[in-house]
Amino acid sequence: MSVESIPSKQRQWSPPPLIANVWLRYLVIAAVVGYLVLALSSIEVDPERIAEGWTRTSRLLADFFQPDFRGRWGDIRTGMLESLTMTVVATAAGLVLALPLSLGAASNLAPRAIYLLCRSLIIFTRTFPEVVIALLFVVMVGFGPLAGVITLSLASAGFIAKLLAEDIEDINSSQLEAMRATGASWAQIIVYGVAPQVLPRFIGLAAYRLDINFRESAILGIVGAGGIGAVLRTSIRRYDFNTTGAILALIIGIVLLLELLSSRIRAWVQ
Amino acid sequence: MPVYNSQQGLIWHYRSPKERVIYAVAWLATLALIAVCWRFISAQTFWIFVQDAPEQAGDLLRRMFPPRWSYINELWLPLWDTLTIATLGTLLAIILATPVAFLAARNTTPHGIFRGLALLVIVSSRSVHSLIWSLLLVFLLGPGVFAGVIAIGLRSIGFIAKLLYEAIEEIDPRQVEAIRATGASGSQVLSYGVVPQILPTFAGVVVFRWDINIRESTIVGLVGAGGIGLALDSSISSLSWSQASVIFTCIFGLVLLSEWVSARVRKAII
Repeated sequence: MSVESIPSKQRQWSPPPLIANVWLRYLVIAAVVGYLVLALSSIEVDPERIAEGWTRTSRLLADFFQPDFRGRWGDIRTGMLESLTMTVVATAAGLVLALPLSLGAASNLAPRAIYLLCRSLIIFTRTFPEVVIALLFVVMVGFGPLAGVITLSLASAGFIAKLLAEDIEDINSSQLEAMRATGASWAQIIVYGVAPQVLPRFIGLAAYRLDINFRESAILGIVGAGGIGAVLRTSIRRYDFNTTGAILALIIGIVLLLELLSSRIRAWVQ
Repeated sequence: MPVYNSQQGLIWHYRSPKERVIYAVAWLATLALIAVCWRFISAQTFWIFVQDAPEQAGDLLRRMFPPRWSYINELWLPLWDTLTIATLGTLLAIILATPVAFLAARNTTPHGIFRGLALLVIVSSRSVHSLIWSLLLVFLLGPGVFAGVIAIGLRSIGFIAKLLYEAIEEIDPRQVEAIRATGASGSQVLSYGVVPQILPTFAGVVVFRWDINIRESTIVGLVGAGGIGLALDSSISSLSWSQASVIFTCIFGLVLLSEWVSARVRKAII
């Protein structure tokens, strides 16, 4: 930038624009503004309804900060136990399912056909939101935590398998070669060559997924798949916000504990 | 790596005897925990309903196929609404999360109290799922897209603010110092010293969250907060599974599209 040639009055610097081409820049700005106008106009805001809601909001907030754990303690206890047990079982089942899936989805270990099969299974389990999958399992196995456990197991398997497969693809191949040179079988290569290299990542992923599974198990009850979500939904429908506040406080507390636990575990294995 | 003398000569074991005992106890404890949790879930399950699950699944598939493709003409508006909820919700979250992130970062926060408050906001926003936010907001603001936008926005604050404040804490302090040495004011230090350093991370985080929000905005309709979930809820409650399968296809397409877009954008940034 030749600043010296410009008269001192005009000596001003402004940051370079993000998009260098003038036409493209204005076209992008116009498109963004146009989209925003369209999107904002498609929101219907009903002032009367919101005014009505405002009085409810003040009541809700007042009730929120006086959480009532006692009144529905029986329901809360069962719901929380369901959520916690669903979390444990689904994480365990997810890990067991993820092991073969991640080996199959690693391009450096699996033959092409198995690789493609495992990758498409992973994409399939990861694309649909958990709640949508839970809806289907509720129809198949009936209301209750079993539907939630199956849903979360499949979702965990896809999640862990995808991230673990990426880690397996990044491992040091000279170690595998050294093992092959000793005449090790395929299973021995996996156990002594691959597993030690990806084990820290695997434990870290398991802890991380435990955390996610609890959050998800807290809402699956909304569609009938077991857990605290059902109690939560009922309490909101009954305008029993003291109970809602108590449940939300419990959820936030447990999530915090699990997050702490999972970050400790991840720090410890790495 | 322990090596032992035995009658056959030197023998190598993966773990020392003490390690093996510890591992065995840990495994037993984990398995026992899973068994206890499974018993609880099993007690909460109506196994009679589970027994005919294969029939139910077959019945479901028969009802879903062939999908009633003509139904897609009624889905364009819900799809547009879903996109709106995700995009405007992300925008709302950006507006709210940026100040929270600057308050939460150690090197830009004005005082420890603000940092504590900002961290509290981040934790509560992250622990409460968007479906729970939607349940509450539908009650307060009335059903519709508006409640969905606010729910997605509130939910995303924690995610965006957390990743952003971690990026702010990792910036190069020398650049900030250099700007300050020129006599720049506090806001100038922020906009020329801090912001350019975190802009790539910021863009990456926003696109990543938008991708997640597309997924979440497909389900907030299940509790009345607008978008394609609303159509899914009404199709399922009226047992029109041939319509539901069209909706599943749309969700699948939408999620794949958003994943593709976010992968492209992130590649362009990095």
